[in-house]
Amino acid sequence: MTGPRRLPTGGAWVDRDRPLALRFDGREIPAFEGDTVASALLGAGIVGGFRSPILGRPRGIVAAGVEEPNAYVEVRAPWFSPILAATTLPVEPGMEVVPRPGVGRLPTEDVPARPSVHTHRHAEAVVIGAGPAGRAAAREAAARGERVILIDEGHRIDDPPADVRCLPRTTATGIYDDGYVVAYERAPAVDRVWHLRARRVVLASGAHERTVAFAGNDRPGVMLAGAARTYLERYGVLCGERAVVFSTNAWGHLAAAALAAAGARVVLLEPAPVDAAGVDLRGVERRAGWLVVGTEGDPALRAVRVRDPEGGEEALEADLLAVSGGFSPVIQLARAIGAGVRYDEARACFVPDGTGPEWLEVVGAAAGEVPPTAPLFRIREGDDADKYVEPQRDQTVADVASAVRRGLRSVEHVKRATYIGTTIDQGRTSGVLTVEIVNELLGLPHGSQAPTNPRPPYTPVPYSALAGLDRGPTLLDPVRTTPMHPAHVARGAVFEDVGQWKRPRFYPKDGEDMDAAVARECLAVRTAAGVLDASTLGKIEVVGPDAADFLDRMYANRMSTLPVGRARYGVMLGLDGMIVDDGVAVRLAEDRFLVTTTTSGAATVLDRFEEWLQTEWPHLRVWCTSVTEQWAVAAVSGPRAREVVAALELSVDLDPDAFPHMAVREATLAGVPARILRVSFTGERSYELHVPARYGLGLWEAVLEAGEPLGLEPYGTEAMHVLRAEKGYIIVGQDTDGTVTAEDVGLGWLVRTDGSDFVGRRSLARPELRRPDRRQLVGLLPEDPEALLPEGAQLVEGPVEPPAHALGWVTSSYRSPTLGRTFALALVEAGRSRIGTALVAPLAGGPVAARVVEPVLYDPEGSRLR
Amino acid sequence: MPGARPEPEHLWRSAEPKPSYEVVVVGGGGHGLATAYYLARNHGIRDVCVVERGWLAGGNVARNTTIIRSNYLWEASEAIYEHALRLWEGLEDELDWDLQFSQRGVMNLAHTLGDVREGRRRVEANRLAGIDAEWLEPEEVRAFCPILNVSPDVRYPVLGATLQRRAGVARHDRVAWAYATRASELGVDIVEHLEVTGFLRDARGRVVGVETDAGPIRAGAVALAAAGHTSVLAERVGLRLPLQSHPLQALVSNLYEPVLGCVVMSNAVHVYVSQADKGELVMGAGIDAYNGYGQRGSFHVIEHQMAAALELFPIFRHAQLLRTWAGIVDVCPDASPIIGLTPIEGLYLNCGWGTGGFKATPASGWVYADTIANGRPHPLAEPFSLERFTTGALVDEHGAAAVAH
Repeated sequence: MTGPRRLPTGGAWVDRDRPLALRFDGREIPAFEGDTVASALLGAGIVGGFRSPILGRPRGIVAAGVEEPNAYVEVRAPWFSPILAATTLPVEPGMEVVPRPGVGRLPTEDVPARPSVHTHRHAEAVVIGAGPAGRAAAREAAARGERVILIDEGHRIDDPPADVRCLPRTTATGIYDDGYVVAYERAPAVDRVWHLRARRVVLASGAHERTVAFAGNDRPGVMLAGAARTYLERYGVLCGERAVVFSTNAWGHLAAAALAAAGARVVLLEPAPVDAAGVDLRGVERRAGWLVVGTEGDPALRAVRVRDPEGGEEALEADLLAVSGGFSPVIQLARAIGAGVRYDEARACFVPDGTGPEWLEVVGAAAGEVPPTAPLFRIREGDDADKYVEPQRDQTVADVASAVRRGLRSVEHVKRATYIGTTIDQGRTSGVLTVEIVNELLGLPHGSQAPTNPRPPYTPVPYSALAGLDRGPTLLDPVRTTPMHPAHVARGAVFEDVGQWKRPRFYPKDGEDMDAAVARECLAVRTAAGVLDASTLGKIEVVGPDAADFLDRMYANRMSTLPVGRARYGVMLGLDGMIVDDGVAVRLAEDRFLVTTTTSGAATVLDRFEEWLQTEWPHLRVWCTSVTEQWAVAAVSGPRAREVVAALELSVDLDPDAFPHMAVREATLAGVPARILRVSFTGERSYELHVPARYGLGLWEAVLEAGEPLGLEPYGTEAMHVLRAEKGYIIVGQDTDGTVTAEDVGLGWLVRTDGSDFVGRRSLARPELRRPDRRQLVGLLPEDPEALLPEGAQLVEGPVEPPAHALGWVTSSYRSPTLGRTFALALVEAGRSRIGTALVAPLAGGPVAARVVEPVLYDPEGSRLR
Repeated sequence: MPGARPEPEHLWRSAEPKPSYEVVVVGGGGHGLATAYYLARNHGIRDVCVVERGWLAGGNVARNTTIIRSNYLWEASEAIYEHALRLWEGLEDELDWDLQFSQRGVMNLAHTLGDVREGRRRVEANRLAGIDAEWLEPEEVRAFCPILNVSPDVRYPVLGATLQRRAGVARHDRVAWAYATRASELGVDIVEHLEVTGFLRDARGRVVGVETDAGPIRAGAVALAAAGHTSVLAERVGLRLPLQSHPLQALVSNLYEPVLGCVVMSNAVHVYVSQADKGELVMGAGIDAYNGYGQRGSFHVIEHQMAAALELFPIFRHAQLLRTWAGIVDVCPDASPIIGLTPIEGLYLNCGWGTGGFKATPASGWVYADTIANGRPHPLAEPFSLERFTTGALVDEHGAAAVAH
C-alpha cells in the first residue's frame, strides 16, 4: 500500500522495495525505508496533523529539515524521545510517534535512554554540510591527502567523495575555539557525540528558505517551496495537485517547475520581477506582480486569496501553497564563534562578512551564494494578528508590532518580549523575518539590525548523549580505593566519600550501631592499639637542591632546619593568611622531602606548589611528584603500638630513645622497602608504616595478625576524628573554613616571625588579623554530659531573639568514651578569654548550655606520644 | 506572554545623552538600572543617566539562572541578601509589574559528611540571623522533590539538604525592564549603544564625568555597574581591582510539561536547576577556571554538567539541550562583592558579585544608590568596602556560591 500523495515512481532517497509501517497518533501510515516521518505523512495525504502550542491552531508540515516550526512528535517506539522534528526523523521498523505541540513530556516511568558514546578524532579538515559546496571542499582536501571528515544532518550523503570519512545523520552542534567541532550523530541504535579537532573547518551548511508573513500563512497546506520540491525529488511525494507557488526568487521558481513537471497544476505568483533564466517553467501559469493576501480552508487549505497588481482580489482553488520569500544563509555556527555578518541587499539576507577565526571558511549558499530576491517579508493587506512570524510560539506581526510600539527597538528585546526565536528550531524561519519587520516598523532600512545572537547547540541534543558513559556509581567520577580496600569490605566497613576516595568510616561488629562501633574503636586505641588505613593522605615528594628553600616559602614554619630523618608538622597559608592545608614534612635526604597533605587537599596542594614554582619562582631547582598512590600507609597507634610493630619483621630499633616521636626511618618490613614515620594524629604513640602500594594489603593483614592478639582493632575515620579532637588537633576544612589563621587555632607558635618570607606572611600583618577578639579554637563541655551539640550549632551568651549576632559555632562534636561524656571544639570570638565561662547553642529544640574549656582535653602534656 | 498583571503600555524611553548629569551610572544591567531607580525613588536624584554599551540588560542579567535566595553564611552577606529577598517580596507591587517572582523553595543538596556539616551550620546561622532555613533528611528531600534520586546506590548519594522556602526565581528580563521603565518614568535617561571609553578628571584628580563614543558627559558622581568589565573600566582611571573575570555557562532544554516545582542546587556534583514557567529546564553549569571576557565557555563543562544532572535526576535523561551560553562573572578573592567608595573622589564601585548578582539586584541597587546619594557607604554596604582587602576584614563566601569559584 502507498499513500495517495506518493507518486508511482521517483524519490531518490526512498527504497520502494522496503515498505515500512509507521504508527502516527494511533493510525497506521505506509512508508518506505528512507522516508522521514514527515515525508511518510505527506505521502499519506495528511495535510494537518499537528497543533500550535499556545492557541491550539491546526498546523501542518512546513519544511523538510531542521527549520520545521510545527511538525514535532514524541517517539514511543522503537526507542523514546520526548520531542523531535518529524522532518528530520527517519522512519525505522516498528516506529510509533504521536504529535507534540512544541512541549514534550518527560516520562516518570523508567524508560531507558538510547545508549551513548563519545568519540574523539583529529582531522586536517572538518566539512560541515554535504551539499555540492561541501562535497567539493571535502573532495579537494582529500585530494591533497588530508584527513577529512564530512558531516551532514541528513540521513544520507549523496555522491560521497572518495577517501573522506562521511558522517550522515550527524549535526555539527557547535564550533568552538581553535577548530574544535562538536557533532551529534543519531545512529539507528546509538547516540554518538563527536569531538573533532580540525586544522581547518569548512562551513557548507547551505541556506534556509524563508516564508512571508501574510494573513493565514499558518494554515495546513502552506509550506516552503523548497520543501515541496524536496519531498517530490527525494521521497516521490507530490504535496498538492493544485498548487499556488508564491516566490520571490529563482529557487522558488525551481519548485514551481518541479511541481508542474510532476503533474500538478501550478500558478506561480511573482510579487516582483524574478530572473528565472534557465528555469523550465513550461506548464506553469506565471502571474507577475501578484501577491498572496489570505488563505481559506477548513482547516486544510482549499483556496488562496490573491491580489493582482491593480488591487483586484480573487480566490484560487488550491491544496498546496508553496512559499519562497528568499534564502537565509545558515551561519549560526560561524556567528557563534565570532564571524560577523553584513546585509546583502540584492539577496535580502545576512551573509558572512569575512571576519572571524582564520581557520574557518564559509562556502556555497552559506557564504551568500543564494539567488537575488526582492525584500519581501510581510504583506500589508489583511489582519496582522493572522500573519504568523513564529508559528511555534503563535507570534504574529501584530505581536512584533506591539513590542515595538511599547518602545522596544532591539531585536534582542523583541525576542525576549515575544519569545520569538526561543523555539526548538531556534528561529530558523522566523529570525530574518522578525528582524526585518522590526526594522520596517522602526522606519529603518533593511539590514539595520542583524538577527539575534545564535547560541549552540545548532539542534537539540539529548542530555543522555552528552553525558555519554560518565554515569552511574562508578563512572560519573572515578572511585579511588586503597590497596587495603578488599580487607575493609570483608570486615563489613561502612565507607564515607572523601573527595574521590572511599574511606572506612567505622567497622561495625554484629549488632553494633555507629556510636557503639566508634566507642569500641576509640577505646581500643586508647587502651591497646588500633590501625587506620591512612593511604589516602596526600603524599608529595619535593626534590632538588632548592627543595628546603621552596618548602620554607610554602609553609608558615621553617622546614629547612629539619634534620634528615626527622618529621615536622606544618601549616600552609593562603595569600590571605588563612590556613589552607596542613600535614607533615619529612626530610628523607638533604635534597629530598616527603610532604603529606590532607586527603582532599592532595591535588590542590600539588597545584599550588606547581603554580608558585612555575609562575613566581621558576629559578628554583625543585621537582614535585605526587606519590599518593605509590605508597600504602597503615597507621598503628596506641599504648601497645610498639609491641604490634615489633612483631613485624622490621629492620629498625624501636627503642623510643633511638626512634623517638617525630623521627623517620627508611627500613625493610618483611623484606619490603618501607618508611616508618613516628607521627601521631590520635595522641597515642604511633607508627605510620609506608610500603609500596602493592604490598599494602599484605601489610594490613600482617598488622592485624600481629596486633589482634594484643587487642588491636582497625579503626575508621569517625574514631580518628574523635581521637584527634580529644587532643585538640584540627581538621582543615572542618575546624577551619578559609577564615581561620594559625594563631586562631593555637598554632601561632609555629608561624615564623624572623622576617623571612612565606606565602601569606604579608596578610598576617593586616589589622583584622591581629585583633584580639578574633574567633579562636576552644573546647566545649555541654552542661549535660549526654547532650551532643550539633556540629554547626551557633553560639551566643544567653537567650536571644533573631536576628542576633553569633559569637561562633561548633566545628566538631563527639561522644568520647575516654572522657565518658560529650565534648566539642568551637571557634568563638575572643574564645581563649572566655575559658571557664558558659555559652549557649540556641537550637530549634531549645537552648543547650556548655562550658568553654581548653581545646586539648586528653593528655595535654603529650606524655603518651613517646 | 501575558501575566496576571497587565503589561505596561510603554517601556523605557530611549534617550540622547545630555552634556551633564548629577549621576552617571555606567552599565545598563540589573544593578545599574536598580541603582538609577532607587536614586530617583528613594533619594529624589532624577538627573541620572544610565549608559549601556550594548542593548539594555543584555549582559549577566540576561544570562543568569534567575535563582533568588538569601541563605548565605556570614552575617554581612545574610543582611544584604535578606534585604534583597525582602525587597523581592514586595517588588511586583513596588514596580507594578508581573515579574513572575515565584517563592518555590531552593534546596541545596549535601553529598558528603563535610557537606552535611556545612549545610547544618548554614541552617543554624541563617536561623539565628532571622532567615528561614530548614535541614531536610534524604526522605524529606525526596518528598519535597520527588524526581530527585536519593538512592544510596549513586556515586555521591544525597545525605540531606538545606531548604529555604522563601527562595525561588523571577523572570530576569522583566526585572531589568521594570526597573528601566520605572526609572525612566521618574526622569532617568537611559542611553543604549554608547560605550564609556574613559573618565573626565579635574585638576584635583576627581572623576567629574565620562568619555564616550559620542563625546564627554559630565557628572557629579560616576557609578560603575559593569560586572565583568568593571576591572577594564577601572584600569582606565588607574584603579586596579582585586577581581578575576571568568566565563560561567548556563543552558536551557526544550520545553517540557512541569516536572520540577522547586530549585535544586548541588555544589558537590555541580548542578543547579529549575523549570521555567514556559517549561524549559534552566541549568547552571560550572565556572571555567581560566580568566576571560569572552561570553563563551568550554563544552566539556556542559558535558560534565549533564552527567551530574542525570545522576541526580534520572528523568532528565530524555531531556534535550536547546541553548547554552555564558556570562562573565567578576569574582573577588573572598567571593563577595565590592560596593562603595573608591580612593578616587567622584567614582563609586559596585562589582564582584560573582555568581550571586541576580538575586542581589534590588538590594544592590538600594544600598548603592544610598551610598552615592550620601557619599558614604550604606550600613549594609560597609562590610563590602574595597578597603577590606587592605584591612583583612574579608567576607569569605566561597562555600555559599552556587559553584566553586
